[in-house]
Amino acid sequence: MTQVSVVNLWKEFEGQVVIERVNLEVAPHSFISIVGPSGCGKSTFLRMLLSQEAPTRGAIRIDGKSLPAEPTEQRGVVFQRYSVFPHLTVLENVAFGLEVAASRLLGRLFGARRRAAFEGCRGILEEVGLDAARDKYPAQLSGGMQQRLAIAQALIKKPKVLLLDEPFGALDPGIRNDIHQLMLRLFDETGMTVFMVTHDLREAFKLGTRLIAFDRYRTRPEERELYGATVTFDIPLDRATAGERRQAMDEIAPRVSASADL
Amino acid sequence: MARRLINRHPTRIGIVYLGLLPFVVLIALYATGSAIRLADNPTDKLLPAFSTLAAAVDRVAMTPDRRTGEILLWVDTAASLTRLGLGLAVATALALLVGIANGILPYVRAGLSPFVVAFSMIPPMAVLPILFIVFGLDELSKVVLIVFGIAPTMMRDLKARVEEMPREQLIKAQTLGASSWQIVLRVVLPQVLPRLIDALRLSLGPAWLFLISAEAIASEVGLGYRIFLVRRYLAMDVILPYVAWITLLAAFGDVTLRMVSRKLFPWVEGERGRS
Repeated sequence: MTQVSVVNLWKEFEGQVVIERVNLEVAPHSFISIVGPSGCGKSTFLRMLLSQEAPTRGAIRIDGKSLPAEPTEQRGVVFQRYSVFPHLTVLENVAFGLEVAASRLLGRLFGARRRAAFEGCRGILEEVGLDAARDKYPAQLSGGMQQRLAIAQALIKKPKVLLLDEPFGALDPGIRNDIHQLMLRLFDETGMTVFMVTHDLREAFKLGTRLIAFDRYRTRPEERELYGATVTFDIPLDRATAGERRQAMDEIAPRVSASADL
Repeated sequence: MARRLINRHPTRIGIVYLGLLPFVVLIALYATGSAIRLADNPTDKLLPAFSTLAAAVDRVAMTPDRRTGEILLWVDTAASLTRLGLGLAVATALALLVGIANGILPYVRAGLSPFVVAFSMIPPMAVLPILFIVFGLDELSKVVLIVFGIAPTMMRDLKARVEEMPREQLIKAQTLGASSWQIVLRVVLPQVLPRLIDALRLSLGPAWLFLISAEAIASEVGLGYRIFLVRRYLAMDVILPYVAWITLLAAFGDVTLRMVSRKLFPWVEGERGRS
């Protein structure tokens, strides 16, 4: 079980404050939906969780340990695009994580060990519904299938934390619904903690066990550089009923401006 | 209403005919020019008749040389292709090594990239005398000239290709536990190889240019050497078939590389179609 804590996190780019004073205690097995208008720093926050960027001040800890300075196997990720390797087939994409762990020098397996590793990937492929497409290249898959592949590829490493950066934003509504069901099932089965950045407020409420909204609280032009965005809403959803979720969503929608059109 | 010109396409057979047309026109123009000049002066050497060309081809490509017993065209071709092949191989290996290192390792990039850019600005022909002095007049200096001429451009091209790769892929590979070396080997290298073949195809032209130049200046055998040797006798009947032969070889190299690329990297076509 994974405990994530964020302590007084600040991020500045060239003197401009992007994020300030973010404090979060995340319970094990949480699904955190992160919403907010464009440019509010929610993607920056995710990149810091990934160690793709370093905080200017403050710290992020997983199970009490500070984050390493670079991306590691501890935290899996699914991006909106370019998440899978175009030169590998579906099966090879999923087996990638296993192969690099088993063969330090060549990063790939041969013969019986290769067959065993690839066989071990069939289960997760079955789960995300891609087993029939296992020998195809990503360019031959639809957008939804590519994202399911990216999820399977990340999950094969059993990460403690899974980071999703608007992973379903480019998908059609019907496909998005299917992939939501898949995501919820995988979340229940794995016991990992998920952080998902999204533009879609409905998606945030549907998947999350907790919702946090980032926003700037000072918006006058002369203040924009000096004050960054911070957590403006923090709503627990895990024990909320459908009606309570609906109410919370109606309340928050007009105040998270990028999602106001929903 | 007639469609716009940009929307009108020739048929499949039309494409073949249209493609052949310029060649036919060129041959016809040559035949006419040749006939006119020969009617004027039967000993004219500038535009020899097809029969003269055929006789020259027979002499250099079919009949063993009386003195050495070897067939001239094959000896020249073998010598030139050996130099070209060596030059291309060395340049490709260097480009792969330096291009990837420059593209993916910040410390190497900081140290080496400006140097490669500066180096690629040196006109290769200007250093040919230096190469002759340092490496002597035999094979090595010609191979080095080819490498000198094409490797820096290929290095820069490959570096750009590596940098163009989506950052997401490199991040993803790290979250899957891959080391720097494994990322190079399994993510960068396979995706750069098709680009390398593209770069090599574009370098074929310059490589031939440098080869012929080096052979013209100092050599005892080779396609370029032969052309420049017989130029003294205005032997157009030999020069023209040699030029045609070189063109054919270069075109063959290009087509072969394209086919190799399609065969080896089946995932590339879909990628290109998408972007």
